[in-house]
Amino acid sequence: MTSPAEYVAPRARFDAEAIAREFPILARKVHGKPLVYLDSAASSQKPAAVIDAISSYYRSSHANVHRGVHTLSEEATALYEAARESVRGFLNAASVREIVFVRGTTEAINLVAQAYARPRLGPGDEVLISELEHHSNLVPWQMVCGQTGATLVVAPIDARGDIVVEEYARRLTPRTRVVALAHVSNALGTVNPIVELTELAKRRGAVVVVDGAQGVPHMPVDVRALGADFYAFSGHKMYAPTGIGALWGRLELLDAMEPWQGGGSMIKSVTFAKTEYARAPERFEAGTPDIAGAIGLRAAIDWLRALDLDAVHQHESDLVTYASALLTEIPSVRLIGTARERAGLVSFVVGDVHAHDVGTILDGEGVAVRAGHHCAQPVMEHFDVPATARASFAVHNTRADVDRLAAGVRRVLEIFG
Amino acid sequence: MSDLRDLYQEVILDHTKRPRNFGPLGSATHRATGRNPLCGDQLVLMLDIHGDVVRDAHFAGKGCAISTASASLLTEAVKGKTTAEAHALFELFHDAVTAPTDAALDLDKLGKLAALAGVREFPMRVKCASLAWHTLEAALAGASQPVSTE
Repeated sequence: MTSPAEYVAPRARFDAEAIAREFPILARKVHGKPLVYLDSAASSQKPAAVIDAISSYYRSSHANVHRGVHTLSEEATALYEAARESVRGFLNAASVREIVFVRGTTEAINLVAQAYARPRLGPGDEVLISELEHHSNLVPWQMVCGQTGATLVVAPIDARGDIVVEEYARRLTPRTRVVALAHVSNALGTVNPIVELTELAKRRGAVVVVDGAQGVPHMPVDVRALGADFYAFSGHKMYAPTGIGALWGRLELLDAMEPWQGGGSMIKSVTFAKTEYARAPERFEAGTPDIAGAIGLRAAIDWLRALDLDAVHQHESDLVTYASALLTEIPSVRLIGTARERAGLVSFVVGDVHAHDVGTILDGEGVAVRAGHHCAQPVMEHFDVPATARASFAVHNTRADVDRLAAGVRRVLEIFG
Repeated sequence: MSDLRDLYQEVILDHTKRPRNFGPLGSATHRATGRNPLCGDQLVLMLDIHGDVVRDAHFAGKGCAISTASASLLTEAVKGKTTAEAHALFELFHDAVTAPTDAALDLDKLGKLAALAGVREFPMRVKCASLAWHTLEAALAGASQPVSTE
């Protein structure tokens, strides 16, 4: 017996060339050559849909939010809160009350460190991070440990750039209060097994904070499926403007947290004797927020979801595989980071040539890459390199872009040969 | 932009691949460390100063092509100069790499250092070229704190 007929709409081919045409900046030339932008992990470019949403907001609906009774203020408030709902749907969070708008991942992690961790940590307590963390998921924890007397513990990575799960598990103790991990490494592309790592942490009763800056641009994220307690991300790495990001936190945790900044918007009532704070998320959004940024973020989320994040993931994984193969063929090129599962980028060194020289020569060929330590100096130390060149991919990149990258790297060897 | 060759000239590539006066200097009387935290470049400059004459200059460390070549050229340029002349050379070099790109440069006065003048077309790389020179200033001043181009 055959199974009942089911109609599945054929998936349209992922057309990166057509997508690229939606980014006005990609039409420009650099040093007389068509721009190949391979630095989206630092900051992505913006499609016209996002630029237009911001422009249209300022042209027709701008006013402050949650304040006026006039039409514009009501419109701006509705748009701002619609953006919050958009983020909720994007992360599959249970409630819009769990979505706090922030400037970006860095601010989100600092918020958790100061408002959640600081009052709950003391001498003898431990905060566990991994060796591959971006400085923004390291320094805030170092600071809060300094403030409270808690100890910062680091789980090592192996030669490929994967967290060593047994070593990680060994470092989870009854004193581990917070575990902070990247979803995807910005320096190596490693996709961490967050579900597994979170489950281990939960058995010890630790709260898990995930730095999702390099996660959300490249794959569907479901915070409820991940099992973590906080998830932070930046808009500007996922086609939204700079200056906006979001923190998702479990409502019971957010509701139990004291505010971390005081001011307008975050209060219920104020007298000189006492202030009653608003509930989450307003409690954590003191002052006029980045309204246009939130509206741009919503436009980016709608745009990205329309592309289908599974298809995005598949397309970018193909580019990672293709770039790895092409670069490995070039003599003296060494890939830094060959983790079991990688997303969005390849990091590499070219013989003894300093990454900044590689970056300058590639720029001369119209190819923009990041060269440096990627705000992950401990990772550079682990691989014993001062810096790497990093090509990171976005929805608009094609195999032809990777060909241009490889040609540029060969040019580096010509010059330094 | 001018051609990349303006930055990676023969002289620079030569000094990068075969740095002159590289390694320890037993007779050093002055030394300073220079650091560029942005790219991790670090170098030590060692001077043998007798009276007010720089008798010898060496450097050690690790950096990009531009910072290595600049340090190598520096050690050649300051050898035999008085400390006042070495300082004047710092001023001359600093002015050259930070000059507006349309300003005329006295290439004769710069001598071999003129090879580095192309760096002014690359604002992000000026720090690489000037690291050794700021370190020279620190060494001449007898400073004990590492200098940083940040």
